[in-house]
Amino acid sequence: MKKRVLSRGSAAAVPILVLLSILASGCGDGQAGGNSTSDIIVASTTSTKDSGLFDVLLPAFEQAYPDYRVKVNAVGTGEALKLGEKCDADVVLVHSPEAEEKFVTDEFGTERREIMYNEFVIAGAGADPAGADTAPDASTAFSRIAQTRSGFISRGDESGTHKAEKKLWVKGGVLTPSGVWYRSTGQGMGETLRIADETRSYVLVDLGTWLSMKDSLSGGVIVLLEGDPDLFNQYGVIPVNPERCPAVNARGAAAFADWLASPEGQNIIGEYGQEQYGRALFTPNAAQ
Amino acid sequence: MFLDSIRQALGLLASAEVWSIILRSVEVSGTAVAVAAVIGIPLGVLIGLARFPGRGAVVAVINTGMALPPVVVGLIVFMILSRSGPLGSLQLLYTKQAMVLAQLVLAVPLVLGITVSGIGGIPREVLMQAKSLGAGRLQLALAALNEAKLTLVLAIIAGMGRIIAEVGAVMMVGGNFKGETQVMTTTILEEVRKGEYALGLALGIILLTIALAANAVMSRIQGGVMTR
Repeated sequence: MKKRVLSRGSAAAVPILVLLSILASGCGDGQAGGNSTSDIIVASTTSTKDSGLFDVLLPAFEQAYPDYRVKVNAVGTGEALKLGEKCDADVVLVHSPEAEEKFVTDEFGTERREIMYNEFVIAGAGADPAGADTAPDASTAFSRIAQTRSGFISRGDESGTHKAEKKLWVKGGVLTPSGVWYRSTGQGMGETLRIADETRSYVLVDLGTWLSMKDSLSGGVIVLLEGDPDLFNQYGVIPVNPERCPAVNARGAAAFADWLASPEGQNIIGEYGQEQYGRALFTPNAAQ
Repeated sequence: MFLDSIRQALGLLASAEVWSIILRSVEVSGTAVAVAAVIGIPLGVLIGLARFPGRGAVVAVINTGMALPPVVVGLIVFMILSRSGPLGSLQLLYTKQAMVLAQLVLAVPLVLGITVSGIGGIPREVLMQAKSLGAGRLQLALAALNEAKLTLVLAIIAGMGRIIAEVGAVMMVGGNFKGETQVMTTTILEEVRKGEYALGLALGIILLTIALAANAVMSRIQGGVMTR
């Protein structure tokens, strides 16, 4: 019995030693702390990460700038901006223009640049009790959903998607949606879409999440409305202000932001999704 | 910043919303652990006293069950209750009942496992003595229950401690609906995602207090067991 414990102990020691040596080598070329100067920490959102865009974007960036390694911390927009505020990220890539502008005004970030937009769609049960399908625009669809008190699943997490949703309610004349028909999950886009699918409810979902998840759903919801400019979802990139956060990788952050806005970065963004879904998930729109 | 959050957290403890979330946590996990006790204790006494072929394997399965990852349990319960799952027609997904069910799956092996080992720890002669005094099977089981009663309390507290602090399963099958299926742990996760640390911390303080109280009771009981 004792022997077994011992051998298990030594087996566990191997990965620990490997881990320690990796950590030690990681610290070696850095100046302070665990992150070396070549690491760029991007605070972004779960929906961006879930879209798979980073999987094509990051290798291309790292090929263009072999000295840098990009690490993406995918959280909600609120938390992403908070990470920037607390100097725990070098650059933020989020989609909530007003919160982003405030982030720059408050001097947490240096400069906001628009990079791309994607679209939201309104999905719901095929039976469409509120008639969202025939609504002339998104805000009308929302006001019909509220009037008929049809089930709606909200992210409720202060994410970019949730903020876009709240704007649509206000525009549709529904100041604070509430009641048993309106449910707030506080979860990510994927989970929220799945809940809408299971409960045959209306939901505001970004196109990327919709396209990547629609085949795994139970068929409870379909796209009812898309293409309204009110459903466009603008992304911005903001390097964290090095004057407030001396420890940030300011050069890396600037290089990453510049590259996203460059013709090369924009081109990759515009192509992403064509192959897999037959349509681009994001429309690049950085000012050249 | 940290102190600020703590100050805000203490302020939030006075809010009705926070208390409704705490009560929902206690209700869901309390129900689950109560049902787990009703299932786990009699079954545990049975397995603890009985000698049958394959008993070792049964105990191994129970012990594995004690380490079930909550998200895996959540996923399985989700798949069963999903519209496309076998029990989809019951429409239980995203209800408190679904959360109780998932936590029950987590709590039963724990209650069962601790009961079995508690019963197994009763000195053989105690049971022999009861037998020689003419105890029937039921009376023997009751005597064993009485001998191991402190362990049983431990089993219930350990079960409660595990499931009230669990987030993966209740998030998946409960949906964290505001005012409906939101519990302490899912709220903490949600608030942290939003970058709102104060409410998360306030609920964390409550969870810690509950854990501390449970631990205090447990160590008192354990002290009692050891000094006997």
